[in-house]
Amino acid sequence: MSTAITHEEEHHEDLTGWRRWVFATNHKDIGTMYLWFSFAMFLLGGAFALVIRAELFVPGLQLVEPDFFNQMTTMHGLIMVFGAVMPATVGMANWMVPLMIGAPDMALPRMNNWSFWILPFAFSLLVSTFFMEGGAPAFGWTFYAPLSTTFAPSTTDFFIFGVHLMGFSSIMGSINIIATILNLRAPGMTLMKLPLFVWTWLITAFLLIAVMPVLAGAVTMMLMDRNFGTSFFDAAGGGDPVLFQHVFWFFGHPEVYIMILPAFGIVSQIIPTFARKPLFGYASMVYAVAAIAFLSFIVWAHHMFAVGMPVAGELYFMYATTLIAIPTGVKVFNWVATMWRGAMTFETPMLFAIAFVVLFTIGGLSGLMLGVAPADKQYHDTYFVVAHFHYVLVTGAVFALMAGTYYWLPKWTGYMYDERLGKIHFWISTISVNVLFFPMHFSGLAGMPRRIPDYAVQFADWNFLSSVGGFVFGFSQLLFFYIVIKAIRGGEPATNRVWEGAEGLEWTLSSPPPHHSFTVPPEVR
Amino acid sequence: MSQTQGAYYVPHGSPWPIVGSVSLTLIVLGGVNLIQSKGDSGLILFGLGAIVLTVMLFGWFGAVINESIAGSYNEQVDRSFRISMAWFIFSEVMFFAAFFGTLFYARVLSVPWLGGEGDGAWTNALLWPGFESIWPSNGPENVGGAFDTIGAWGIPAINTAILLTSGVTITWAHHALKADKRLQLIVGLAATVALGFYFLYLQVAEYIHAYQDLNLTLNSGIFGSTFFMLTGFHGFHVTLGALMLTIILLRCIRGHFSSNDHFAFEAVAWYWHFVDVVWLGLFVVVYWI
Amino acid sequence: MSVIKQCLVSHTLLLITMLVAPFSVLAEESKFNMPRGVTEISEEVYDIHMLVFYICCVIGIAVFAVMFYSLLKHRKSVGAVPSQFHDNTAVEIIWTLVPTLILVLIAVPATKTLLKIEVDREADMSIKVTGWQWKWQYEYLDEDISFFSNLSEASNQARQRASGIDPSTVENYLLDVDNPVVIPVNTRVRFLVTSADVIHSWWVPALGWKQDAIPGFINTAWTEVKEPGIYRGQCAELCGKDHGYMPVVLEAKSQADYAEWVKEQQRKQEEAMLASGRDWSMDELMSRGEKIYTANCAACHQANGEGIGMFPALKGSPVATQGSVEEHTKLVLNGLNAMPAFGAQLNDADIAAIVTYERNAWGNDVGDMIQPSAVKALR
Ligand code: HEA
Ligand code: HEA
Ligand code: HEC
Ligand code: CUA
Ligand SMILES: [Cu+2]
Repeated sequence: MSTAITHEEEHHEDLTGWRRWVFATNHKDIGTMYLWFSFAMFLLGGAFALVIRAELFVPGLQLVEPDFFNQMTTMHGLIMVFGAVMPATVGMANWMVPLMIGAPDMALPRMNNWSFWILPFAFSLLVSTFFMEGGAPAFGWTFYAPLSTTFAPSTTDFFIFGVHLMGFSSIMGSINIIATILNLRAPGMTLMKLPLFVWTWLITAFLLIAVMPVLAGAVTMMLMDRNFGTSFFDAAGGGDPVLFQHVFWFFGHPEVYIMILPAFGIVSQIIPTFARKPLFGYASMVYAVAAIAFLSFIVWAHHMFAVGMPVAGELYFMYATTLIAIPTGVKVFNWVATMWRGAMTFETPMLFAIAFVVLFTIGGLSGLMLGVAPADKQYHDTYFVVAHFHYVLVTGAVFALMAGTYYWLPKWTGYMYDERLGKIHFWISTISVNVLFFPMHFSGLAGMPRRIPDYAVQFADWNFLSSVGGFVFGFSQLLFFYIVIKAIRGGEPATNRVWEGAEGLEWTLSSPPPHHSFTVPPEVR
Repeated sequence: MSQTQGAYYVPHGSPWPIVGSVSLTLIVLGGVNLIQSKGDSGLILFGLGAIVLTVMLFGWFGAVINESIAGSYNEQVDRSFRISMAWFIFSEVMFFAAFFGTLFYARVLSVPWLGGEGDGAWTNALLWPGFESIWPSNGPENVGGAFDTIGAWGIPAINTAILLTSGVTITWAHHALKADKRLQLIVGLAATVALGFYFLYLQVAEYIHAYQDLNLTLNSGIFGSTFFMLTGFHGFHVTLGALMLTIILLRCIRGHFSSNDHFAFEAVAWYWHFVDVVWLGLFVVVYWI
Repeated sequence: MSVIKQCLVSHTLLLITMLVAPFSVLAEESKFNMPRGVTEISEEVYDIHMLVFYICCVIGIAVFAVMFYSLLKHRKSVGAVPSQFHDNTAVEIIWTLVPTLILVLIAVPATKTLLKIEVDREADMSIKVTGWQWKWQYEYLDEDISFFSNLSEASNQARQRASGIDPSTVENYLLDVDNPVVIPVNTRVRFLVTSADVIHSWWVPALGWKQDAIPGFINTAWTEVKEPGIYRGQCAELCGKDHGYMPVVLEAKSQADYAEWVKEQQRKQEEAMLASGRDWSMDELMSRGEKIYTANCAACHQANGEGIGMFPALKGSPVATQGSVEEHTKLVLNGLNAMPAFGAQLNDADIAAIVTYERNAWGNDVGDMIQPSAVKALR
């Protein structure tokens, strides 16, 4: 692709101090900022989750008022989704995509800076609502009308504009990633040679550009209904509250794949490395990701099996939804086949990747159960759903992000992390996260609705377990924090390749890589 | 402040993005205060944000233009810009898709259900007896009071002709640019800009007519909501497009762009065509059928 | 062809049921699993749930077994040497086709049950269910019965923060109401579900479904309960602050008991009519007002009248202390923004009592009062 690149001049004039970060155009610096921002949001969103778990520890209302509880639930969901998982995957893309395709940087470095620097402002806006009259949003991260329109406090307008800003950020970030991948590949790096992480991000970026504007449309209509007397979501004027849900989930369902596809990519990088064997079925992996992305656009109303859709619609959305099991199954089987007859070692990244395969599959299978419409009329809006999505999000997306962090940390910092501590972190996390989320399947099936601050006494045992698991899992992430800091500050120097079985351009560079990743484009076979 | 990285241009730090973020935040804070009418602070913050945003745009694009003129960019950079503009326009398409989808839903599903069609028999019988599903509709509660609609074959048809013509004139200008005929280029562009602003003028006249004579307002139930949302956002995009065209025109007059290097021109032309196509969709589903 | 298909399906189902049976006995009424319920639909839903669950278990176990075998045998530390294969079209086709078949296997019974749930054929009786922030209203369309169903007083007291009451000492904590909805057994009952404000969801697990209550639209659902009993559920869609406190209690009675209950309700309704017809004393209004206020208004404006968050204080509020009693009454009758309209919920006497109460409680001593007849005139 970029054939005619010659190395001309190099007069370094690197920015120092705060300017290095605030004016940053370097993909690694911006990636680092994304990652730290997302970790901060993870702690904040996690702290909210711990308030939830503390309140649900035993029946009866002990700590917070119901309205504040709803604020916690809402902000936990919003911050984890938009503040923790999405920016983390963007951060990894920023760091790794140029390294993996042999590019000097991202295609549009200044816009890259803007994509990041919108986020702190957007989230400050969102979090500041806690300190305003009326409180933070309390209508769930799905903000269904009319609870979020006629019946919400005036701070909702800040939430709406906050979402607009996040949308800008995501769209610009995605455009940048697409331009980078399509245009900055090293000579010989054909599309079907792209590392899977790059492929998953290419498709994720497409999903983002397709659905973030729809979310912007949804919140804009909310804004109009709230403040300018329109009737989009009001039957009296010919609108329909359910219309909001259609628009929201047209965004919302692809959104969950936006969070999981990069995770698939990370795991697809890690497993071959530690199995010392090429990824099984590379082409079918790519096609499966594309198929999942395509299907994600046509299944949205499986979140709405209880709203009273015409039966033909329910049938259609049930069939379409369950179809996603097929390409996802292909991915799972390919990972297992990659391990098959490899020569595996179990460093921390591999441990997290293996846990990902098992636990994500459990979450996927419960997703399949939810997709069966008649049964979803029971499951819907219970803790069974909460269990499902935490398995795919926490032990899915977040575990993959942790795996990726351990995997690439030596490349980023130039030092090996403490393997012993990493393993301890893995085992505490994996055990406690199951204590946290597994019982939710049971409380949900037994009839516990979600988004309630207090519950009937027959759910007490499961909630007790969940809360214990929640606190252990939460605090064990402080160990993760410590391990990362420790690796940044020094340790055993990392080699270029870092892992014995690692393949790809990123491992041909020094650890940490030079300021301008590839000043001369590498030749790919 | 900059460095050529091989042939791919990698700028070395820029203050403009953070200025942009600050301006957006100011605009948003001002916007909320304006909407909730909390005194003058809204206008002040919003105005300040708009000023900072304008400064940022001039600063940022100015830097890009200087780099371009200085020859820092190569074909590959140009391709990055093209890819980005194309995907940006795709995101705009999806933004409009949300509102077109809403209109579709209202016309095909929610209003008929309220009127008792399809699954709506009980809804109609128990909640809205006597309400009949006809389009245009402001819903069973006659929200905003009786109103008239704007026929397709008056101003909207003229506006369609205007936008289509402007599509032709900008293509003409583009060909002129490629053939290095600067006068034709400037005339073609100027005509496009004039048509764009004339479209806006007619659109405003139409809105005034709707509000004053037809009682068709944002509050006119779902018809008013979708009508003003779609035409309003379209009008907003025409405004942006016309402003961008104006800047391109000024740059052309100053002698910017060459017959083989004029991405900015093309980007704006693409955008203008996109606005044009959206209008055709609007004309058909909002005004005509 | 279709005979063979039916045969196949029913035999597969039978086989699975046999496998499942021992477990489902254990599972019944357990804390682990979905209740089997008391209607034909709920049982079918339960069976589909178990079918899909067991399929998932089998898939999961198979996949994980292969993986863990590989983890044990193909590790470097036991001297495994990596082979370098990376494709095999045959297995890839198999593991695309087999899941497809499994999905078809699931889709067949699921489609059948779904069609059964959604058919809205003639029912023996219809009840309109309206969700309100945060209670349910039931209107028996053929019987002229209408009432509200609130969280029971015992639960309501115990649920307050730091109430000092141990929830486990309260019977059916959070799952009990003052007026349950009553239906006869072995009767096809249609529910017409809607809402007066935000979206709620009417859910009794024993019936096998939940149905969202959408403001401005009616959703239909139906049931036919086999056994008399009391079945409990909750609102299942986030509907604001007290979403956790709007249980659904359904009482299925034998036909005879049901007829009795209907008579009783109609008698009560008449009494209420009479009460609205006469003039009340200040004391009567105040004591009734306090009761109605606690049941209907305190959720938002708080028992002490001081409001909370976005809900304004009534203590010292201009509407309740300076404005005219007519304006105050109209506001309560018609609502305002997030303030619900109570005109359709409460009768004239109740409204009169509440307004009088609000104007004279918590030191709001305005001193005036309003009679039910005056409320009627304002409607
Ligand atoms: C990363 C996020 C993520 C992912 C990947 C998924 C994946 C899936 N989800 Fe999930 N989902 C969420 C996040 C996610 N979900 C969230 C956040 C919510 C709640 C939102 C809210 O209301 O707040 C939700 C809710 C949700 C619902 C709505 C429930 C309700 O509210 O009533 C449904 C219903 O269909 C559903 C289905 C599915 C399905 C079918 C998949 C499939 O993609 C899963 C596919 C995977 C497998 C099936 C496992 C592997 C496959 C095999 C081993 C092959 C063989 C298998 C078979 C043949 C069965 N999800
Ligand atoms: C990727 C997304 C993500 C992640 C990672 C998580 C992580 C967790 N979630 Fe998540 N959750 C959602 C997405 C996510 N969740 C969504 C979308 C919803 C739906 C919201 C809605 O209904 O609208 C939800 C809802 C939800 C509920 C249901 C609430 C309700 O219905 O009322 C619960 C209940 O237990 C819960 C618990 C947890 C817990 C215990 C964790 C744990 O994994 C968290 C781990 C904890 C930490 C990481 C804490 C670390 C912090 C410290 C140790 C303290 C130090 C503090 C500071 C320095 C500030 N979540
Ligand atoms: C669902 C919550 C809710 C319930 C229940 C509720 N209210 Fe309100 N009430 C509100 C809200 C919100 C407002 C503010 C409305 C506004 O100004 O937009 C309000 C305003 C009022 C006001 C005007 C106060 C002022 O100073 O502006 C009065 C009087 C009032 N309510 C009386 C009642 C009575 C009487 C009841 C019970 C029969 C009741 N409310 C039940 C939410 C509620
Ligand atoms: Cu009503 Cu939740
Ligand atoms: Cu989904």
